[in-house]
Amino acid sequence: MTPRPAIDPPRWLHLALGGLALLVGLLLLGLPLAAVFTEALRRGWEVASAAIAEPDTLAAIRLTLLVAAIAVPLNTIGGLAAAWCIAKHEFPGRRLLTALIELPFSVSPVIAGLVFVLIFGMQGWLGPSLREHGIQVVFALPGLVLATLFVTFPFVARTVLPLMQEQGRAEEEAAATLGATGWQSFRRVTLPNVKWALLSGVLLCNARAMGEFGAVSVVSGHIRGQTNTMPLHVEILYNEYQFAAAFAVAALLALLGLVTLAAKAVLQRLTGRATGPAP
Amino acid sequence: MTLAVSGLVRRFGDTTALDGVSLALGEGEFVAVLGPSGSGKSTLLRALAGLEGADAGEIRIAGRDMAGIPARERQIGVVFQNYALFRHMTVFENVAFGLRVRPRAARPARAELARQVRELLALVQIPELERRYPDQISGGQRQRVALARALAISPRLLLLDEPFGALDALVRREVRRWLRGLHDRLGLTTLLVTHDQEEAMELADRVAVMERGRLVQFDAPPALLAAPASPFVAGFIGHATRLEGKVQDGVLRFGTLPLPALRVALPDGRATAYLRPREVVALPGAGGAMVQLVRATAEGELRLVVQASGLALDAVLGEAAPGWPARGAPCRLHVVAAQVFAADGTRALGQPSAPAPVACRAGTEGV
Repeated sequence: MTPRPAIDPPRWLHLALGGLALLVGLLLLGLPLAAVFTEALRRGWEVASAAIAEPDTLAAIRLTLLVAAIAVPLNTIGGLAAAWCIAKHEFPGRRLLTALIELPFSVSPVIAGLVFVLIFGMQGWLGPSLREHGIQVVFALPGLVLATLFVTFPFVARTVLPLMQEQGRAEEEAAATLGATGWQSFRRVTLPNVKWALLSGVLLCNARAMGEFGAVSVVSGHIRGQTNTMPLHVEILYNEYQFAAAFAVAALLALLGLVTLAAKAVLQRLTGRATGPAP
Repeated sequence: MTLAVSGLVRRFGDTTALDGVSLALGEGEFVAVLGPSGSGKSTLLRALAGLEGADAGEIRIAGRDMAGIPARERQIGVVFQNYALFRHMTVFENVAFGLRVRPRAARPARAELARQVRELLALVQIPELERRYPDQISGGQRQRVALARALAISPRLLLLDEPFGALDALVRREVRRWLRGLHDRLGLTTLLVTHDQEEAMELADRVAVMERGRLVQFDAPPALLAAPASPFVAGFIGHATRLEGKVQDGVLRFGTLPLPALRVALPDGRATAYLRPREVVALPGAGGAMVQLVRATAEGELRLVVQASGLALDAVLGEAAPGWPARGAPCRLHVVAAQVFAADGTRALGQPSAPAPVACRAGTEGV
């Protein structure tokens, strides 16, 4: 056996701490997930699939996917732009922007939802005039998208920003001396250098966009078949004692999240295995 | 391509990085900008490349004012300090970058582009590396890639920012000569920024010495040694030791130091002398100094460090004698020459008042 460096903790401590972490992980994270799937399938596959085939449930799934399909691309572009500005440029308000990016993480989503109701609701600042032009924000798709955008904004920016900062401006400067325009430099140098972090950020953003409850709950109005997303629908079903249906939808939602996580893990493996910077 | 810089000023907050720098490069010239860190030499390079703005002054390349012309339109090749290679691109793609980002009309066709890139890789002697990534090649190879990439845009001017800093000493010497050869062969106009005086002296036709944002002297290497314009240059170039002394009736004395007085054409008063290692000769025999260290240089000469009244001084060997030189042996010192500056900055050459006691092998020229 090769002698271990003196700074390594003793072997029993290694095992004890590792075991403890695994136990906590299983209890807190694994068990609930397993419970969701067991509950969903307790009364059989048919019951679960029938619950999902309900028109209201299908509407909720469609709406969730639609909201994510709008919010994720917008936040990808917005987050990328914010990270690029902060990492590659000096401008007044740079620190403020950095702090703002983290705001959705530190503010409760419910508050975000309430703010949107305050601004766009019928009793709100902009609601009445928007209503005159036939635009409804709160209790409609725009409100859901806005709330989701707010809550999921940090994911892309926060995953890309540290990498961009670490890489600095040297390569972009080199690109400029070689005749590249700002756009060419971004597309050919900046973006490829962060593409794996970006993908990982997008997947996290997507997982959260589909799973967001708090902010969406406030602006949704819970109109079945119209403004109910999957997480909201799960709650309604549960409150109506339709446990099998509630868990079936919950399981589906969890599955979407798991697929996202798996995709992220695969990406990370690809990045880790790659020799050379671009796998 | 000629380059003319006049009165260039660049401030960062309270610090003045460039304080009225003026210099001109002729066609085909190789100029080194030499200075300690923080002297503004890198800022000068960045300003020339268009990566840094200027608060005042003018940059003209081939007679054209560069004000308001962005980096991408200047057609200046830059080899950055850490090369700044595109890490996600192969060596081939790195070199091809400058050709690929050209406007569509000026972009070479695929086959022509490949031919040009391979030609450049052959020129920098790394044709076999075209499919590697920057993190798969050595420092010296990266530097060649950076050079090929810069040359791909047919630069009017080539700027090198401490290009040898990341190389080990052996590779550095070899690459230096090779680079100078390339410069001559391609007829480039090159400006090199460095803090290494040997590098500057060996490579450049002329050396621009910078101190705290100012250009203090711009001369050929021998002239820098023979006639330093300021105490800073005298101290910075040639590893000189700085000594305080006093001039009286045209004779410089070093107080209690066991050094002979020097004849110098300066007014009475305090003066500062700069003695290069070659200008101090140690001879065996009691004379107030002692050999502290004997070392052989890479050129095969013996150099001494002598201790005199608490001062460590570099010196050369005056004569060989049995058991000499040895650590701790007593010795006396002879000064062949020294650059002496009066308090008002006037410079004069200090010369021995008595002829050398023995035939010295050390001359006044050289470092």
